[in-house]
Amino acid sequence: MKKTALAIVGSLTALAALAGPGSTTTPAPGRTPYFAANCANCHGTDGKAASAIPPIAGRDRAYLEESMKAFKNGTRPATIMHQLAKGYTDEEIAILAEYFAKQK
Amino acid sequence: MSRFNPDRRRLLHALGASTALAAAAGIPGTSLAAVASKRGKTIGHVVVVGAGFGGATAAKYLRKWSDGAIEVTLIERNKQFVSCPASNEVLGGNRAYDSLVHGYDGLRKNWGIRLVHASVTGIDADKRRVRTDTAGDFAYDRLVLAPGFDFIYGDIAGYDAKAQESILHAWKAGPQTLALRKQLEDLPAGGTYVLSIPKAPYRCPPGPYERASQIAWYFKTHKPGSKVIILDANDKVISKEKLFLGVWESDYKDIIEYRPGWNVVAVDPVARIVTSELGDKERGEVLNLLPPQRAADIARVAGVVNVNDRWADVDWISLESTAVRNIHILGDALQAAPLMPKSAHMANQHGKAAAAAIVEILSGREPQPTLMANNCYSLIDDKRAIHVDSVHRYHPEKKVPLVVDGSGGVSKEPSVEEGLYTRAWATTMWKDSLS
Repeated sequence: MKKTALAIVGSLTALAALAGPGSTTTPAPGRTPYFAANCANCHGTDGKAASAIPPIAGRDRAYLEESMKAFKNGTRPATIMHQLAKGYTDEEIAILAEYFAKQK
Repeated sequence: MSRFNPDRRRLLHALGASTALAAAAGIPGTSLAAVASKRGKTIGHVVVVGAGFGGATAAKYLRKWSDGAIEVTLIERNKQFVSCPASNEVLGGNRAYDSLVHGYDGLRKNWGIRLVHASVTGIDADKRRVRTDTAGDFAYDRLVLAPGFDFIYGDIAGYDAKAQESILHAWKAGPQTLALRKQLEDLPAGGTYVLSIPKAPYRCPPGPYERASQIAWYFKTHKPGSKVIILDANDKVISKEKLFLGVWESDYKDIIEYRPGWNVVAVDPVARIVTSELGDKERGEVLNLLPPQRAADIARVAGVVNVNDRWADVDWISLESTAVRNIHILGDALQAAPLMPKSAHMANQHGKAAAAAIVEILSGREPQPTLMANNCYSLIDDKRAIHVDSVHRYHPEKKVPLVVDGSGGVSKEPSVEEGLYTRAWATTMWKDSLS
């Protein structure tokens, strides 16, 4: 029951994400995806940080997207990313990958 | 505004009028000198009160995401920022105090934020004005309140101003961090350190358990025979329970004594004895008491404290107060959403959520719910750490962020790798919030 409800919420979110401007997480063209700043606490503002934590700014878009998906489905081990990646839809992961790949 | 004292309201109105006159007369500090945006167009002025992790982050991201079109005045009474995260390491002797201390210059230079060092003494929500003790009044379109918490000292009998001089909390990093470290250094080998924990919610749920671990590590390596006694008003370890209990069993078995359901209600500062609700007594050469907590005083002044007379309730899309319009609230002062801790990481995320909502509102758009994430690391010795993390998504029917099903969790075991990440996280958090 709970699962069904969550699945509905999940698909609503996915629909909202596809709907473009005015949705939960998808920015209008040229605008910042605000939720990308979730990553900044550990990976630095706009993904730029020189520390023990792997940098994500300017990395290959497909690499970022596939890494997040692998963390999410458990095929790539991690200390925390396998837990955090499960909080994002595949559409959101694609937006994050595109955003961070563009940061120089 | 229902809690606003009518006398205070009249006083503020009078002050507002005199400030308007002062502004008209061109007296510095009262006019709103516009910081030119890159586009040369200003869409509003936001005053942020409190430059901790929440307020500083909100100020920075308001400038960043509005491309400079929102003017930001950040009011903070302290000249320097002292980080609570990582301060337990100082107590354990694993970090230099100076590394916790940061300036606010980055916010000024990199982002054009107007920084005002003063104390806020009044907020007039009708006129949208903030009053300070030494820097005059400031008008706002939107106010961001990031006041942090204050202690309810009255819940511990005997914990008066005099007792507070020698019995420390060190739960706001600063001089107390150094003073408690000194007490621990002065403690003779074989002595006892007592840490009391209030009932949740309080700032940084795993913080006391990390502190106990850090100090136990210090005793193990420097003060043989010394003990750490944890008196926890909660009925169990409320964060990373299995991990902390595991470490205490494997590494600090003869050092840490953990006593759940032990609520400190009185202290004798001379005999250095604390008493529980049930009349149990415990003595320690070093007492470290954490009284219960509530939203800081300025939240009361603003009239936004509307949950149990302790915390401030908000709309979780905009983080706007449910009590007073145009005031957005962040961080520890909030009545938290389910499973959302009062943490620095979370306060930073609140700051971003509020900044995003305000940019949307001042741009004439509807603010949209966003996602927030939390991660709290704890160092359990000089090298190894553990974490708890979660992702929170706004639930449209319940109107509150809930942990995404299946997301988040804790470490499998303490590791050196996570210890390195803990210290990297602290450095990155300071930069993301302050520069």
